[in-house]
Amino acid sequence: MNIELRGITKRFGSLVANRDVNMDIRAGQVLGLLGENGAGKSTLMNVLCGLYRPNEGQILIDGKPVAFDGPGDAIAAGIGMVHQHFMLIPVFTVAENVVLGVEPTGPLDHLDLKKAREQVREINDTYGLEVDPDALIETLPVGIQQRVEIIKVLFRSAEVVIFDEPTAVLTPQEVEDFFKIVRGLRDDGKAIVFITHKLNEIIEIADRISVLRGGEIVGGGDPSEMTEAELAEMMVGRPVSFAVDKTPARPGEPLLEVRDLVVLRDNDDIAVNHVSMTIHRGEVVGIAGVQGNGQTPLVEALTGLRQVAGGEVRFKGEDITHAGARKRHQLGFAHIPEDRQRTGLVPAFSIAENMVLDCYYDDRFSRGPNMLWKVVNETAARNAAEFDVRAPSVFEAVRKLSGGNQQKVIVARELSRDTEMLIAAQPTRGLDVGSIEYIHGRIMHARDEGDGVLIVSSELDEILALSDRILVMFEGRIVAEFDGATAEKSKVGLAMAGAVA
Amino acid sequence: MTYQDPTGKLSEKLLDRAAPDRAAFEDLVIVPLFAVVVALILGALTMLATNVDLATIGKSYVALLNGSVGSLNAISETLTAAAPLTLAGLGLALGFRAGLFNIGAEGQILVGGMATVIVGFSFPGMPAAIHLPLALLAGAVAGGLYASIAGWLRAATGAHEVISTIMLNLISYRLIDYMLRLPFIQREGRADPVSKSVLESAELPRLLSFIDPNLRVHAGIFLMFAAVAAVYWLLFRTRLGFEFRTSGESPDAARYAGMRAGLLIVLVMGLAGALAGLAGANQVLGVLGRATPGFSAGIGFDAISVALLGRSHPIGVLLAGLLFGALEAGGRQMQVDAGVSIDLIGIIQALIIVFIAAPLLVRALFPWGFSKLTKTSKE
Ligand SMILES: Nc1ncnc2c1ncn2[C@@H]1O[C@H](COP(=O)(O)OP(=O)(O)OP(=O)(O)O)[C@@H](O)[C@H]1O
Ligand SMILES: [Mg+2]
Repeated sequence: MNIELRGITKRFGSLVANRDVNMDIRAGQVLGLLGENGAGKSTLMNVLCGLYRPNEGQILIDGKPVAFDGPGDAIAAGIGMVHQHFMLIPVFTVAENVVLGVEPTGPLDHLDLKKAREQVREINDTYGLEVDPDALIETLPVGIQQRVEIIKVLFRSAEVVIFDEPTAVLTPQEVEDFFKIVRGLRDDGKAIVFITHKLNEIIEIADRISVLRGGEIVGGGDPSEMTEAELAEMMVGRPVSFAVDKTPARPGEPLLEVRDLVVLRDNDDIAVNHVSMTIHRGEVVGIAGVQGNGQTPLVEALTGLRQVAGGEVRFKGEDITHAGARKRHQLGFAHIPEDRQRTGLVPAFSIAENMVLDCYYDDRFSRGPNMLWKVVNETAARNAAEFDVRAPSVFEAVRKLSGGNQQKVIVARELSRDTEMLIAAQPTRGLDVGSIEYIHGRIMHARDEGDGVLIVSSELDEILALSDRILVMFEGRIVAEFDGATAEKSKVGLAMAGAVA
Repeated sequence: MTYQDPTGKLSEKLLDRAAPDRAAFEDLVIVPLFAVVVALILGALTMLATNVDLATIGKSYVALLNGSVGSLNAISETLTAAAPLTLAGLGLALGFRAGLFNIGAEGQILVGGMATVIVGFSFPGMPAAIHLPLALLAGAVAGGLYASIAGWLRAATGAHEVISTIMLNLISYRLIDYMLRLPFIQREGRADPVSKSVLESAELPRLLSFIDPNLRVHAGIFLMFAAVAAVYWLLFRTRLGFEFRTSGESPDAARYAGMRAGLLIVLVMGLAGALAGLAGANQVLGVLGRATPGFSAGIGFDAISVALLGRSHPIGVLLAGLLFGALEAGGRQMQVDAGVSIDLIGIIQALIIVFIAAPLLVRALFPWGFSKLTKTSKE
């Protein structure tokens, strides 16, 4: 099934998210869709899968014009989308989630789960997905949840499958498996659209690319004939440097000292197992590790969001083991949390309100019981401009921003504060290459001003590029330490897999 | 460091407020208007279905209009009915904004009103300038404390406020019955549970008695407007309001920001109860003059509708309170003039809420009233 988009324009109020976009999506091919944060990629794909109605333009399926009145029509036409934020029901099983909305029913509307399970197994076998139809969604890792989304799409017999930043949440190993699935789908004759900010992935998997900038198509072609640098320049309209401008670290006195830290998960399993480490002023410590090895609880404990079960945390010599989040903020902690939509932002609030989410009580922003909204708005506007948050105004609700721009709001808030200790989990998730360059520069700047920096990232490249010291976390413990300047990717990778444990 | 904004032009542009877009205007103004119209039409159909003839239906709607805004007396009645609904509705809205579904306004009105009555009959000879504020304060404090019980239970034990406020409502009914028979509260020489009357020095003065002594509108409406302003200020201008709204929108983000959830829950419930208590005080000091069993008369439950209809926004709550006040005043007139049942007003109120809660339904019914529907369901 081939799809043509002809002159698609989509406006939100006065903002033009897509302007006169033409695009071909062909069966048996992977189309890579590239573009800066806020370029209009998600919007365009939401138009294609019937969630938005275009203001102008047409969608042709195999040459015949179609009009979608909602996602139901698009699904019926064979177009399925795997959204960046999964839409699964945690307390349902895989099979129940897959059939939701198109349940196979027997007499008297009896839900035929047996049939559902069989159908899920069939799809499993065809594409090598290996998902247990009876597993509860909430017990599955993200990588598998994503496969459930894929099964959902295939179950509705999609001929066109759209992936919106599918690899942002996956570990390197999961990405490999994911690519195998995508190749399988392509070879099966399906048309695939693949959105990502990771250029190496585009080069690896895409047969053709289209590049959006400011809502318009600005280029395209065959990625195998392009370098990452060329792709990046096409995206942001200027050359991008991938190497972080890093001077050798000049570590100062110890800033954050962690001794024998033990942290439990909600179910009382040990998540962080007697971890000790010291972060000095003026150095970046990176924590590498496959997701789920205790990094998240470690960060939560260090930022005061999770109770510590044992051990001690000192900041500038002061015992803060049991201090709450507010106390730590006031001591100069900045925290870029892993889950931006749930923890780091209030989606319904404006950019300005989000820009002071954890410093609204500061003397600068409030007097007596009153908030000084004028000051807040001005500060927010300055920060947003500085960090290149693309939005019509600071009064715009954050939920209306593109994914990458939401992330920039958090980073802008945390990095613009006057802090001494930065704890950043996945700081550049979902950002385009230009923004990553800028944010990395800001993190190094903070370091050079004498801040201690702790980075947790599942991107090994990011850890290697930023860190002065690398700690590898495996099953709740620190199992290896590398010097940032000399660390080899393969050795760190091995340690992440538990080889030295 | 590349600063993309050396001149500050970009940041200036970001401070421009976009004109409210058409969709927001439609949602706030046109949808409620159409909802009222549809509800009235369906109300007429309901009457038809119950064998009321067309002439009577026409007459009853004229009565509805006359009884709510058709005369000075009608307006006075509308305002009198709107004041307690708005006050209690504001309290509930505060809770909704903070993510608490408080349905205990009824009990808080009773307890607050009871405290007010006691203060109101207790201090003969006290000047009105002290007695009235004291009586109001007693209502607010009692209502606030009573509601804080549910807040405290939620914060300390996780007991859900829906359950605990329902239970507190039930407790308050019996508590009032019991108190009304206590010798120092019960009116002398009465066997039935009726309290002593509020002294004149504690009464909310009638505002228009110089025109006609039967005009019941009283100083409580100033209380209502002041509360609207105060709640607006609290929610949108203060730090505490920011904390309330953040905890309501996203408890995880509130925790991340270092807000103290437990304290906020107790505070919100306390303030909500204080507003409901004021609603109770408003009734006993301005309308009833004494307490009887169940004097809250369901205001605490109607106030839930008022808060929801007003989208938990103080101005919205005021408008919804006025609308419900008008329906109540007009409904009484309908009953008198056309003889249709007051229950019909309940049906119309319910229909209005249904249609406002389902804007898509209204848009679908009146496609020509709205700019062409562009889907933004996935935001
Ligand atoms: N529901 C909405 N209401 C108003 N504006 C919106 C809405 N959705 C998106 N936008 C705006 O449209 C533009 C394009 O957003 P879109 O989400 O398509 O970007 P994107 O290319 O997917 O970016 P990213 O890489 O950051 O995910 C942005 O400026 C965004 O603010
Ligand atoms: Mg996007």
